[in-house]
This record gives sequence, structure tokens and C-alpha cells, in this order.
Amino acid sequence: MSPQEISEKLQSQFGAAILEAKIEGIIQPYIKVASVNVNDLALFLRDDADMQFDYLMCLSGIDYGKNVLGVVYHLSSMTKRHKITVKTDVPVEKAEVPSVADVWPTANWHEREAYDMYGIVFTGHPDLRRMLLPDDYPGHPLRKDFKVPEFYQGMKVPY
Amino acid sequence: MGLLDKQFNNSNVIITSLDNLLNWARLSSLWQMQFGLACCAIEMMAAAASHYDFDRFGVIPRATPRQSDVMIVAGTVTLKMASRIKRLYDQMSEPRYVISMGSCSNCGGPYWEHGYHVLKGVDRVIPVDVYVPGCPPRPEALMEGLIKLQEKIRHESLVKKTA
Repeated sequence: MSPQEISEKLQSQFGAAILEAKIEGIIQPYIKVASVNVNDLALFLRDDADMQFDYLMCLSGIDYGKNVLGVVYHLSSMTKRHKITVKTDVPVEKAEVPSVADVWPTANWHEREAYDMYGIVFTGHPDLRRMLLPDDYPGHPLRKDFKVPEFYQGMKVPY
Repeated sequence: MGLLDKQFNNSNVIITSLDNLLNWARLSSLWQMQFGLACCAIEMMAAAASHYDFDRFGVIPRATPRQSDVMIVAGTVTLKMASRIKRLYDQMSEPRYVISMGSCSNCGGPYWEHGYHVLKGVDRVIPVDVYVPGCPPRPEALMEGLIKLQEKIRHESLVKKTA
């Protein structure tokens, strides 16, 4: 299916949950979805006979600034040979996105990394611990408002 | 002056000072703590492999701190790793030496400004004897560092405190 057809099918299926669909003029066409519907949409994208997105290529976190965080899902279908990007936004105050680790197991570690770096909480995740940084590290370093701590466990951090 | 000062012809008697003997023994069998942290570890492995052959200096990698004399900190020291390095260093028996290999371990390297997770120099947690510059240093450079450390050990003394 072309990105246009994918977008139309999703809009007929999910209606108002699809906030935006940008297809033309960009390299990776994307669909923006309300954060609460992420898991339902993911399940549909994987299981629908026309979609069959069996491969989550990448799951990324983003800090857009102005107190908005985001998650981007790059999806691909091995069987159908098509691709789509799904985006979702959440406010910093309530940075919660439903986990898709039950849909694509590869999302497990990706979500842990996004949680580690941005503090996005993936609800329903089986094991949401920090991926890379130590458990007691203060804050989430890829956030725009992150300040490097002066000391960590008695070790001076800045140069 | 040789390592062993005087030798009587046609006999098994060698006269030297205890300092010299101990230092000679120490510097000739610097067993290395076997671990690597980043790309410097690749160069360290190359230094240990047949082409550069660290073994001819008596450097043998040991997989436990209890049996090693020198710790080559080869790579980026993250904050998470720093406490582990400290513990490994504490577990080594004295006399123990540290070679800091590469810019990351010397001063933070390319992460000096924005490295929120990088310790800006391993000397913030353990004392360092020799710094080897480079990013990463070639095996020759590490070898030079090792020879520098051997020189340092050669001038140690049991009674005199050395810097």
C-alpha cells in the first residue's frame, strides 16, 4: 500500500485519533496519532491483513522543546514491502505513552532507552528500568532543560 | 649501568642491591589487569597480539585484579564504570600501577564538555602513573607508556619515598 492508502485506511478506522497525516513532499511520510491510542493503532498496524507491519525498525524519543515530548515509531512490513512513520506527542507534565512492547517485542529495550534519556513513561511496559545510565542517575539527560549534575556519587562531573 | 651490577666471572654469584633486584623483578613482569572500555581496548589488544607482542616486556593479561600489577585503563570511563574501576583498583595488591590510555581516560576526551555520563579523567577516582595521549594511541604509544612506567619502577626504592 502507498502511504496515502495507509493513511486513509487508518483514518477510516480510528477517525479523530489520527491528528495529522503528512504524506507529500517529505522523505518519510508520517501519521500523527493521539498518545492514548498508540497501542490500539500498533496492534491494528501489525495484525490487519492490508498492513502487516511486522517490523518496528526504530522507536525514538524526542524533546521538541516548549514542554512537548514525542515518540516516533518507524515501521516496516517485510511481507507487504511498505513503510510508515507514526508519531505521537505528550506534554512534559504527563509524559505517558502506552507501551507497544507487547506488539513488537523489540520495543522493550527501545522504550527503556527512551525512558532513560527523556523520562517518557511507557505504561504497561513489562520492565521499565533505565537502559544505559546508572539507576540512581539524576534526571534524563537528553531533555532540553537537563542540567549536568555537579557531583555524582562524590565524583565531580563537569570538566 | 646494567640492571644487575656486578658479576663474578665463571660463577653463580651476582651482586646487586635489593632495590635493584626487586625493581628489576617488578618491571620485568608487569601483569596487566585484563579489561578494555572502548576503542582504545582494540589498540591494547593489538599491542598484546603477535605483531607488537607485549609479552616480551613480561606483560600478560590476567583476568583477576588479585594477580595483576598494572591496570591499563583503555577507554572512556563512564560514571557507571568509575565505581567499578575504583573497586577493581582497590582489589589489586600492592605494588600496583595504573596506565591511563587515551584522551578519554586522561581527561574526558571528546566528551569533556557534553559528556553527562563520562568521568573527565580516571585520575578523579584512582591515582595514575603514566598518561598515554592519543585517540586512540597506537600500540607503539602504549608501548612507550609501558617503558616509561618501567623506568619509573626502576628508580623506586624500598626506603626512599618516590614521587
